[in-house]
Amino acid sequence: MSVATHEATPAATKPPARKSKPGIEHRPGLRRWLPYALVAPAVLMELVIHILPMLVGIWMSFVKLTKFFIANWSAAPSAGINNYKVALDFDNAVGEGLLKSFGVTVVFSLVTVALSWVLGMAAAVALQPAFKGRAIVRTLFLVPYALPAYAGILTWNFMLQRDTGAVNHVLTQLHLGDGKPFWLIGSNALISLITVATWKLWTFAFLTLMAGLTSIPRDLYEAASVDGAGNLRQWRNITLPSLRPVNLVLVLVLFLWTFSDFNTPYVLFGTAQPPAGDLIAFHIYNASFLTWNFGSGAAMSVLLLIFLMIVTGIYLIVTGRKSRRG
Amino acid sequence: MRLRSFVAAVAATALGVSLAACGGSDSGSDGGTGGDQTLTYWASNQGTSLDNDKQVLTPVLEQFTKDTGIKVNLEVIGWNDLQTRIQTAITSGQAPDVVNIGNTWAASLQATGAFLPFDNDALTAIGGKDKFVPTALATGGKAGEDITSVPLYGLAYGLYYNKAMFAAAKVEPPKTWEEMVTAAQKLTNPAKNQWGMALAAGSYTENVHFAFINGAQNKSEWFGADGKPTFTSDGNVQGVLRYLDLMQKDKVANPSNAQYDNGTKSVNDFATKKVAMVINQNNADSSIVANGMKAGEYGVVPFPAPAGGEQVASHVAGINLSVFKNTKHKDAALKFVKYMTDATTQTTLGKPFSSLPVLKDAKPVFTTDAAEAAIFSDIYNTKSKPLPLVPAEDQFESTVGKAMNGLFAKIATGGTVSADEVKAALQTAQDQVAASS
Amino acid sequence: MVETKGFKAYRAVVLIVLGLFVTIPLYVMVTSSLKPLKDVQGAFTWWPTNLTIAPFIDMWKTVPLARYFVNSTIVSVVATLFSVALAILAAFAVSRFKFRGRTVFTTTVLSTQMFPGVLFLLPLFLIFVNINNQFGVQLVGTRLGLIITYLTFSLPFSIWMLAGYFDSIPRELDEAALVDGCGPMGALWRVVLPAARPGVIAVAIYSFMTAWGEVLFASVMTTEANRTLSVGLRQYSTQTNIYWNQIMAAALIVSIPVVIGFLLAQRHFVAGVTAGAVK
Repeated sequence: MSVATHEATPAATKPPARKSKPGIEHRPGLRRWLPYALVAPAVLMELVIHILPMLVGIWMSFVKLTKFFIANWSAAPSAGINNYKVALDFDNAVGEGLLKSFGVTVVFSLVTVALSWVLGMAAAVALQPAFKGRAIVRTLFLVPYALPAYAGILTWNFMLQRDTGAVNHVLTQLHLGDGKPFWLIGSNALISLITVATWKLWTFAFLTLMAGLTSIPRDLYEAASVDGAGNLRQWRNITLPSLRPVNLVLVLVLFLWTFSDFNTPYVLFGTAQPPAGDLIAFHIYNASFLTWNFGSGAAMSVLLLIFLMIVTGIYLIVTGRKSRRG
Repeated sequence: MRLRSFVAAVAATALGVSLAACGGSDSGSDGGTGGDQTLTYWASNQGTSLDNDKQVLTPVLEQFTKDTGIKVNLEVIGWNDLQTRIQTAITSGQAPDVVNIGNTWAASLQATGAFLPFDNDALTAIGGKDKFVPTALATGGKAGEDITSVPLYGLAYGLYYNKAMFAAAKVEPPKTWEEMVTAAQKLTNPAKNQWGMALAAGSYTENVHFAFINGAQNKSEWFGADGKPTFTSDGNVQGVLRYLDLMQKDKVANPSNAQYDNGTKSVNDFATKKVAMVINQNNADSSIVANGMKAGEYGVVPFPAPAGGEQVASHVAGINLSVFKNTKHKDAALKFVKYMTDATTQTTLGKPFSSLPVLKDAKPVFTTDAAEAAIFSDIYNTKSKPLPLVPAEDQFESTVGKAMNGLFAKIATGGTVSADEVKAALQTAQDQVAASS
Repeated sequence: MVETKGFKAYRAVVLIVLGLFVTIPLYVMVTSSLKPLKDVQGAFTWWPTNLTIAPFIDMWKTVPLARYFVNSTIVSVVATLFSVALAILAAFAVSRFKFRGRTVFTTTVLSTQMFPGVLFLLPLFLIFVNINNQFGVQLVGTRLGLIITYLTFSLPFSIWMLAGYFDSIPRELDEAALVDGCGPMGALWRVVLPAARPGVIAVAIYSFMTAWGEVLFASVMTTEANRTLSVGLRQYSTQTNIYWNQIMAAALIVSIPVVIGFLLAQRHFVAGVTAGAVK
């Protein structure tokens, strides 16, 4: 780790741009090693569980790691950039499959994040003022999150069965639509996937936003009320700006989770995932484990990683710039 | 202290000490030094639950320990996890000594080089290759090489039919494909939610078996002699289409079947008398009975070929037993394989696991119905063809099977599938296999 | 905030719509767990015609549920404790100190959140095997292996989120603690943590749920001995049957303690509100 070897910056050379108040870091003798000691355990764990395996994964993407070589990795011949070439050749069956899966994932991720945030915000705001039974409702709303992921998704799978499922039963009772639609195959699979993922994720948005709301001082609202601001304006002028730091994290994290969501398609569709529900993480899993081509799967993962990093980078730059302007 | 040694381990790994030792490096071949030996055995799920498997196998393994002094550490692994577990075991070298595999994976797993080839000595050690049914033994690996797995439980497809429904509709058990379709049509009444057949049309593993069998009935191969895929041959396309047409053209299967992602669901429909026929392997017996149908209420005939077609009614299905090459207890492992494949054990396990014996001259014990036993024995011994014994077999299963899932889904959601579309889908599957081999 | 009529109407709509969205699957789960297997395989009914508690009895036999439950609990609780502790330390450093490498650290931590699990599943497994070969610490097939894996899964986001919460706590408070004679760790313990309690609890819940629901790594890293619920529940779908009623019953049983945990945690949210009001 290069971090640990650097000398701490002396206070005098600190850029003057940021006017900081005297704080803990100005205590003499501490600033040198304390922050490093504080982050060291986290760094160590990240190294072993994330960074090191990822480097191995990147190496894997450059070798021909098929079933002929997985028992003896050192004998696997270099593949150069061939794994990447195959993955990105969209005229070829493998590349075409990856591209389609990518498209499905983009739609899934955007819609799920948007829905989860809207529902989470709606509920958090609705529960902001105390009322009788608030604790019960709050608990109820958290239940989807408290359920083991597998249990929740399986229940949905059970409900989305064509002949015996609750969803089609409700639709028939309400005389909606014609016949019994399929939910787990065909193009409806994407709708199912979004519904199930949102069912679970919105409560996380709710939880996070609710925690964020509690840190907004009440007198802000009181002052605004005195000034005659309505609820909507209070939400826009007080709630939204106050939640900004929480939102920045929340939206990005929801995006990253949904984009590499594996559990939902894996449990919802099992081995029978339809093209419309072929999320990219599951696609890569199949490309690796089903066809035993771990080099190719690793190359696809690296491409996914690069994409996520670019999107995140842009997101951070854009939101960072906005913060500075505001 | 545990924590300290753990931290030391983490630190050293972080410094990159140990990665050089990748792969199955410590292949100790000190085979069978006697003394206190413990084998690790991964069994697949054959019974009604993992726990049931454990209950069935435990006394059998205890007997083995009593006979030989070798202890067996059993873990039963569900089918959802088995392939991944085997893959990671191969990759890391941290493997059990003996493992059950789906026999269709045999050639693919053989290609990894992680399994012990049964050369002449090894075959002699397990009781000689002559004790096995030849077609069953042929599933053990690529032709012309030492096999890396031996048959353990035999299975075969059969066409189960509901006797009462057939009698009521005055139809005979079918002998040809055409008769099967006619009978199924008579027994289909969508208004009453009554269907002639149930298909596991959302299960890629089931679908690929029928792609193979229907292709084989058309005298068509899925891989050429050079090991290259020949998915798009006319016989294969027509065979796949014939099977799809059960739902599309003949309309004898409920479109809902398109989301039946395992054989269990179609068997349940049969057992609960929603459908008159189901094509399943003989281990369906226990499910059928468990779901309320009595043994005498159903009959079995071979899954029929069209008139003039090749009489292939099944692939040689079943479970094989493999030994990991880097086992430290080779002799003990071979003793165990011998024990599991001897006549007594086969008889003991044949009933609870509904399996056919893989031994010559052994009598099937999975059913008390003599006619059913005879039919399945006949299918297994004379009307079965092994799935392609090529390293790319696993890719054949996933690509062709998933292509068929897609085609069924299209039919079920109201679309139509022509021969050209079947061919295009098989072409994509073939390209995928080609791209990753 | 004034509770106008409009707001009350809005609240009613939100509560009804989301209430149904959340409740229907839960209702289906509960009622299906009380139906015999035949009924759950047949057409859906809102009310079980043949009530039975058999699934709640059979589920312990079909799958060794109790063992998986113990495994899941130990793994999730220990992983959460370590994850939250590590995250608090690291987030405190990020929020309160300017040190060289801080940006590198935060960026790296953030980026690990993007690593697709499938990319490092196999390598991590290999590293665990190597640790075992070199040091004799068994990580594959043990709870320890799962614990250190899961604690890092939630770590990046926990650090990030906590640093955000810590940032929102005025530095004057730390300064006051320092004036009172506390060291920086004292300031963290006495001032920052109490003020950030809602955040810490939210992070703990997140860590716990991450460990509790993880499927992919559990399917590869667990053996019979350390199998967790997320993998174990799948075993109700066997070769011969899919025991839907038992799946639902088991899902229900394993959820109850967690839901109770949430109830307890809620009190702290309320405490968090008061803490916010004090400042």
